[in-house]
Amino acid sequence: MSSSASPAISVTDLTVRFGATTAVDGLSMTADTGRITALLGPNGAGKTTLIRCATDIVTPDAGRVEVFGLSPKDACARGLVGVMPQSTGAWSYVRPLELLRYLAELHANPLPVEPLAARLGLHEFARTPYRRLSGGQQQAVNLAGAVIGRPSLVVLDEPTAGMDPHARHAVWNLIAELRAAGTSVLLTTHAMDEAAYLADRVWIIDRGRVRVHGTLAELTADGDDLESIYLANTESRMMP
Amino acid sequence: MTTLDFSPAPGPAPAARRIWAHGRTEAMLLARNGEQLLLALVIPIGLLVLGRFVGDRFGLSDPNLVAPSVFSVAIWSSAFSSLAIATGFERRYGVLERLSSTPLGRTGLIAGKAVSLLLVTAGQLLVLLIVALVLGWRPVLSLPALLVSLVAAVLAVMAFAGWALVLAGRLRAEVTLALGNLIYLIFLIGGAVFLPVAAYPQVVQPVVSALPTAALGEVLRHAALGEVLLWPLGVLSGWAALGLLVSRKVFRWSS
Repeated sequence: MSSSASPAISVTDLTVRFGATTAVDGLSMTADTGRITALLGPNGAGKTTLIRCATDIVTPDAGRVEVFGLSPKDACARGLVGVMPQSTGAWSYVRPLELLRYLAELHANPLPVEPLAARLGLHEFARTPYRRLSGGQQQAVNLAGAVIGRPSLVVLDEPTAGMDPHARHAVWNLIAELRAAGTSVLLTTHAMDEAAYLADRVWIIDRGRVRVHGTLAELTADGDDLESIYLANTESRMMP
Repeated sequence: MTTLDFSPAPGPAPAARRIWAHGRTEAMLLARNGEQLLLALVIPIGLLVLGRFVGDRFGLSDPNLVAPSVFSVAIWSSAFSSLAIATGFERRYGVLERLSSTPLGRTGLIAGKAVSLLLVTAGQLLVLLIVALVLGWRPVLSLPALLVSLVAAVLAVMAFAGWALVLAGRLRAEVTLALGNLIYLIFLIGGAVFLPVAAYPQVVQPVVSALPTAALGEVLRHAALGEVLLWPLGVLSGWAALGLLVSRKVFRWSS
């Protein structure tokens, strides 16, 4: 049963394997209700797999994931989760506002489409099919799609990748507004400034395991910035 | 400017609204896709015209058999090739993954696809029916034959859709595109969907008769002559059950 005391996401000893590859290796973490939680890690660290477990796309080999105390499947069915995918996630020929009107129809109390589109500047390219949008424009549409159902938890997988600085700051403001309104946010990003600006709690993971976590103040108590903490706790996949 | 209230108010819309929204959206997108329209309407209309004037050279001696053959082709193209290709790219572009985590869910997604298929096939058959009547098609009207045709069409859609989802849910989108079109053409020529089973060499007729395309074609062609044919319903039921079972087993929602 869902409980108001349950965290937005609770992950316990999660393990996911794809053939011989272990994508998530006994990982445990929580995302607090009404807070912004940042999940950081190199490419292939297990961030997207963890999100896929929390949104009922991937079934874990071991461990448990709960969303507001519910199974991910039940949480998604109740409209508790809004997901902004890392890439595409829409039909090639659909126009931005058509997609939003469709997504709105799946929910009981959706945000009004036109004001949301105006807020995110979608009218500029309202007649353009999704496949012809730039990466940043697609991200803006996907962000609108994630919040339109007024979910309790918004999962944002690299929300500002490909966006210009104006768009990034607009998205940051929107994410802060979500938190102020009581929405929980799980955010993955490679932008340390983004995580430092937004996150109430940061989890740094690598090779499917949690390396370090805490509030920004806790992590940087020794005077290092977040990027230094990140570099010290994760491994480069490239030769230096 | 309207203030947006971002406070959480989650909840699913009623199931019927979700499914209808999905079916309507998919049908609208298909109508916008030129390649899909080619499969759905242009090729069948071309076959109607071709069959009407030179059908006797290909075993369609009775002009009244051309229209039901083309209706079978239309159902074959929509429920198999178009569905396989569209679903393959939806999987590739993360549409299935995204929608399965909304209140629509996987069951709603499948139901929505069925609604879309129904809308598209009904629209397609209506257009083809009008063209066929304009070209002089005059079927023998028989209620039992019409009812058996409807049952056969539903079973055929289930069979074709099941196998379309096997392709789309397992293979890469590009491979699904190539194979979907190739299988469409192979069955168009060799599957007795357009030509009657009797037009094929006698030695291969038992094999051809066991194909779902042939079963659908034969039911509709006989129905146009006012005759009821029941054996194809068994063939179609078998292919439908097998296709749906295999697709349920092998379908992957993400690429």
